[in-house]
Amino acid sequence: MARIAGIDLPKNKRGEIGLTYIYGIGRSTAQYILDKSGISWDKKVHEWNDDEQAAIRNIINNEIKVEGALRSETQMNIKRLLDIACYRGLRHRKGLPVRGQRTRTNSRTRKGKRKTVAGKKKATKK
Amino acid sequence: MGRSIKKGPYVDSNLETKVLAINEGKNKKSVIKTWSRRSTITPDFVGHTFAVHNGNKFIPVYVTEFMVGHKLGEFAPTRNFKGHAGTKK
Repeated sequence: MARIAGIDLPKNKRGEIGLTYIYGIGRSTAQYILDKSGISWDKKVHEWNDDEQAAIRNIINNEIKVEGALRSETQMNIKRLLDIACYRGLRHRKGLPVRGQRTRTNSRTRKGKRKTVAGKKKATKK
Repeated sequence: MGRSIKKGPYVDSNLETKVLAINEGKNKKSVIKTWSRRSTITPDFVGHTFAVHNGNKFIPVYVTEFMVGHKLGEFAPTRNFKGHAGTKK
């Protein structure tokens, strides 16, 4: 069982895929790590010996920001935008799309589930 | 696509001269009124207050060092959404 960066990697996947279970590592980063440590992409995770695991750990520790460190960096970036009250910060505050997408329809990822507004009342003026 | 680094950050020249004049102590420090929302905030701007036009009135913006690299217009919202009619808070 290979345990890297506090994450248990799946045993029966190819190394290239297994590494992507770590937050902050996608396919291309995984391939870069394996190339650099001289391991075949196709080698399954449980086939790595201790030396190979150590090499992978070494590269991740020294070169790549993963998991908690990466998450907190992202949070800090967003917090900076919130603190200086720029347009992007205000959009984050309101939970609306930040990069100028339309909000008339769609943008459900940011806005969350639809909240139906009760039917419009007849105007009760006088 | 971002702006070419070769050109450097875009700042309206009239605004830049005003800021530099204040930094050199030629003018009294005061609020700089500007319509130039498109100007990038450079390190020279830090510590000044700008009155940035939002199309209707001037919004006071006090520039801190974290704001460097943003545009002045980002700090003066042009839309004022107060909520839909009939929504109770």
